[in-house]
Amino acid sequence: MSSRSWSAVQHSATILLVSFLVLPVAALALTLSWNDLLAGARHPLLLPALRLSLTTSTSSLTLVVVLGSLVAWWVARHRGRLSRFVESVTQLPAVIPPAVAGVGLLLAFGRRGLLGSFLARQGLSLAFSTPAVVLAETFVSAPFFIQAAIAAFRRVDENLLTVARTLGASPFRSFLRVALPLSAPALVGGAAMSWARSLGEFGATLLFAGNLTGRTQTLPLAVYTAMESDLRAAQALALIMVAVAFAMLLVLRRVSREADDA
Amino acid sequence: MLEVLVAKRVGTLELALELSVGAETLLVAGPNGAGKSTLLRLLLGVARPDRGRIALDGRILFDAHSDVPAEDRRLGYVPQDYALFPHLDGLGNVAFGLAGLPRRERRARAAAWLERMGASHLAHRRVGALSGGERQRLALTRALAREPRALLLDEPFASLDSSARRELRGSLRRSLLEWRLPALIVSHDPEDAMLADRIAVMERGRIAQEGTRDELRAAPSSPFVAGFAVASRDSL
Repeated sequence: MSSRSWSAVQHSATILLVSFLVLPVAALALTLSWNDLLAGARHPLLLPALRLSLTTSTSSLTLVVVLGSLVAWWVARHRGRLSRFVESVTQLPAVIPPAVAGVGLLLAFGRRGLLGSFLARQGLSLAFSTPAVVLAETFVSAPFFIQAAIAAFRRVDENLLTVARTLGASPFRSFLRVALPLSAPALVGGAAMSWARSLGEFGATLLFAGNLTGRTQTLPLAVYTAMESDLRAAQALALIMVAVAFAMLLVLRRVSREADDA
Repeated sequence: MLEVLVAKRVGTLELALELSVGAETLLVAGPNGAGKSTLLRLLLGVARPDRGRIALDGRILFDAHSDVPAEDRRLGYVPQDYALFPHLDGLGNVAFGLAGLPRRERRARAAAWLERMGASHLAHRRVGALSGGERQRLALTRALAREPRALLLDEPFASLDSSARRELRGSLRRSLLEWRLPALIVSHDPEDAMLADRIAVMERGRIAQEGTRDELRAAPSSPFVAGFAVASRDSL
């Protein structure tokens, strides 16, 4: 292939794919009037769903970041079959369809589930509750953060950690004062991807937590519910959700850049 | 006095050696794969000997009953690439080892150490922007600021160009003479011999020969020792 046709192929592929990716998002915005958007903003499903989405996705992000950082650090610093196995397990949810994850969560934590039946005897019922939303979101979003964190932690120079130890830092303090700050930009990037996945979570939540307004109905479920009766309302909710996600990603990118410059 | 008697198997290498370093500088030389880096890791406490004993000024760092963690060994370490913390400035790097003090005092002490080492101008510079010589000076200051009982240096000049090496060897030698700590320098560069009071040549995990440069030159026990001793220069 001549160099001219090679670059023509690349340009065509770029135009084709970028248009395909942009068009649905553009359609959400371009086919909605201001009045429809305002009506959507006043839709009774919006506020409870927005509040729930923000609280549950923040909770799942906190769980994923705190526990995920520790797991990722262990995996990154150990070689061998066990750490490879743990790494694969943490990636598993990324390849499981969300609906399958929902069924699995129900069979594990539901009233008659593996662990759920034990919890139920203690008077603790998880399924179809707000904590179930957090669990579903944690399940599907964890791989995104953990993968980024493992990659970032593997890049931390062993020599820096050895020096930190000789300077009196315990392994924990070396992690906190050397590995974490050095990996911060990548960790924030991973957290952003994980959070976005969590915010958009639909299938596992629907099956494991249900679709109860104010308790388990997150933004994507509210869009789905609104869609059954009123496409315009669903569209307005969807657009608001895109705006929320976009704003959050901008904030995270900014934090990431500041961490990089610090 | 740093006393070392250790054995460790790493892959196919059987490391078994005995060393003692008083208030002097010992150069541990040897070809690649001789076990020099493993020796450093054992001393630092980031790798564990299979058996043996490591003691510093009479305090046991490792034996059959105890294994003092790396952070409590009081060994100053300057690795080959200096391993300065890239997210901290010069002052932050030196202050890192002074944890446990209030922040203000920690920074004041770090600044005092930088001044003492003639490196005050590095206090507020990002380490990424420093020259090789400045990095070495900062890494040495950072190690000394913790007032270690012995100093370990890994290939101190390997990442510098030859003119910087000549200049910095002199300055490092002066520092070592001034501090009079037991110092162990690992190097494969014969020219580093001028830093040392004694030289121990390691081959295949063992000390092949130990002595002053003149002693090695007079009766080398192996071709590597002979080559090393001859290639080392006479004066700084």
